[in-house]
Amino acid sequence: MIGRWIREHLVLMLGLVVLAYTFIPIAVVVLMSFNDPASRNVYRFDAFTLDNWTDPCAAEGMCAALGKSIEIGLLATLGATVLGTLAAFALVRYDFLGRSSTNLLIFLPMASPEIVMGSSLLALFVASGFAGQLGFWTILIAHVMFCLSFVVVTVRSRLAGFDDSLEQAAMDLYATPAQTFWRVTFPLVFPGILGAALLSFSLSFDDFIITNLNAGTTTTFPMYVWGAAQRGVPMQVNVVGTVMLVISMVIVVSGEVASRRRTAKLT
Amino acid sequence: MTRRTGAVGYLLLLPTALWLILFFVVPFYSLLATSLYDPAGSDFRGYEMTYAWGNYVDVVQAYWQPMLRALWYGGLATVFCLVLGYVLAYTIAFKVGRWKNLMLVLVIAPFFTSFLLRTLSWKLILADDGIVVDTLQFLHLLGEDGRLLATPIAVVAGLTYNFLPFMVLPLFASIDKIDHRLIEASSDLYANPVVGFFKVTWPLSLPGVVSGTLLTFIPASGDFINAQLLGSPNQRMVGGVIQSLFTDANDYPAAAALSMILMVGIVAMVLVYVRRAGTEELL
Repeated sequence: MIGRWIREHLVLMLGLVVLAYTFIPIAVVVLMSFNDPASRNVYRFDAFTLDNWTDPCAAEGMCAALGKSIEIGLLATLGATVLGTLAAFALVRYDFLGRSSTNLLIFLPMASPEIVMGSSLLALFVASGFAGQLGFWTILIAHVMFCLSFVVVTVRSRLAGFDDSLEQAAMDLYATPAQTFWRVTFPLVFPGILGAALLSFSLSFDDFIITNLNAGTTTTFPMYVWGAAQRGVPMQVNVVGTVMLVISMVIVVSGEVASRRRTAKLT
Repeated sequence: MTRRTGAVGYLLLLPTALWLILFFVVPFYSLLATSLYDPAGSDFRGYEMTYAWGNYVDVVQAYWQPMLRALWYGGLATVFCLVLGYVLAYTIAFKVGRWKNLMLVLVIAPFFTSFLLRTLSWKLILADDGIVVDTLQFLHLLGEDGRLLATPIAVVAGLTYNFLPFMVLPLFASIDKIDHRLIEASSDLYANPVVGFFKVTWPLSLPGVVSGTLLTFIPASGDFINAQLLGSPNQRMVGGVIQSLFTDANDYPAAAALSMILMVGIVAMVLVYVRRAGTEELL
């Protein structure tokens, strides 16, 4: 009996074990956000405290770096989402010359190692005389660049599974092209755009390798963590990690719930 | 859906194409140019273009070890990701029923906590007086003064962990498309589950295996964060060398030459893949 049950559920159990494994470090991040370390040089759990949560900015320079990351993240998300959405519409809805080189142009940034993209951008900035101006704007340019492809792919897959008979129906009912777009097309594609924006923000917020090469003296949150890792990490960074995780989980789960409700209403 | 023709398509595509050409393609030209500068130049004196192809010979001689190490660690991590990722993707596609979406969210959830923080967590988990080392020592799998940090094991483990979602998502997309009746048919024809897997499921999931392998191997072999935080200088990978040549040593020509070698290798791999699968499969 038991042997048979185990045989039938072996794959499922192994799968759940693998999934659990991916959560071990996350659990450590959450745990360490409540840590009161005995010394800055030893990274282990010593005593429970809420201090990191009540005063996250106590870690010197962290909140400034965090603010910079959020600012860059929002702007890069806005830029990449708008441009990438337009491109996704072009790829799905329009015919044009050079389709396969365009596909390659959009794919390659996702397949290139960050160190190569970062170093070639730096080479460009240095060669064109911007070596002294590395900072906010060069980081922003880089972030829009590497987020773009992910936006195109995400929105494109939403558009490709799109039933265009709905649009034809709207047109048959005398909706103008603009009305059709804003009342039918856009609401249907919106979840894809929102997903792309969320993905862009987390890619931008989390990027270290490309940013570090093109940042000059500007410090973002990952750069702050990297710098701190050399001399001992303040526990407050784990508070930021935990908050990021919770916020994104809430957004993703509520999106899922909303789409289930909509489906339920339609059927 | 029929595709419309006309100028609107080009206009919609233009900003993205321009941005990528200006800030992704053109930089490779700058990188190539930089890699051929006179190696005697510096930030202060400026660089001179001397078509110094010798830079490439120099960096290969100086850094062949971190280069091979990057291939080796990246390759090992990819194999481990394939094994773990296959089990997970198969479970999500076939074994969890209506929990599929939730499971997929859980797979990418770790993505939303900083990459650096996750890697630092591994440093804590694998620490010398941590639970993993203590357990392995108790089981005599690790000697009394054996350790995991600052060994290749820790670096490969970190890489495997950090790039697992890149493997799971394409694998899932492929496995999820497999018609379950084909697997049932193989068992009706007296194939045992193992034979059925290797004759039916595995071949049908190959597109996912190939793109997952590519998407895992490329970032893993270029990464230096894991090698730096979990390893020692003996585990330095080529990405770390490029980074420190750029930011610490300011040896731009050498750094650019190493970067070019890495990129050419990657592009070659992508092209082989594109020839087999076509560009529409990429996205």
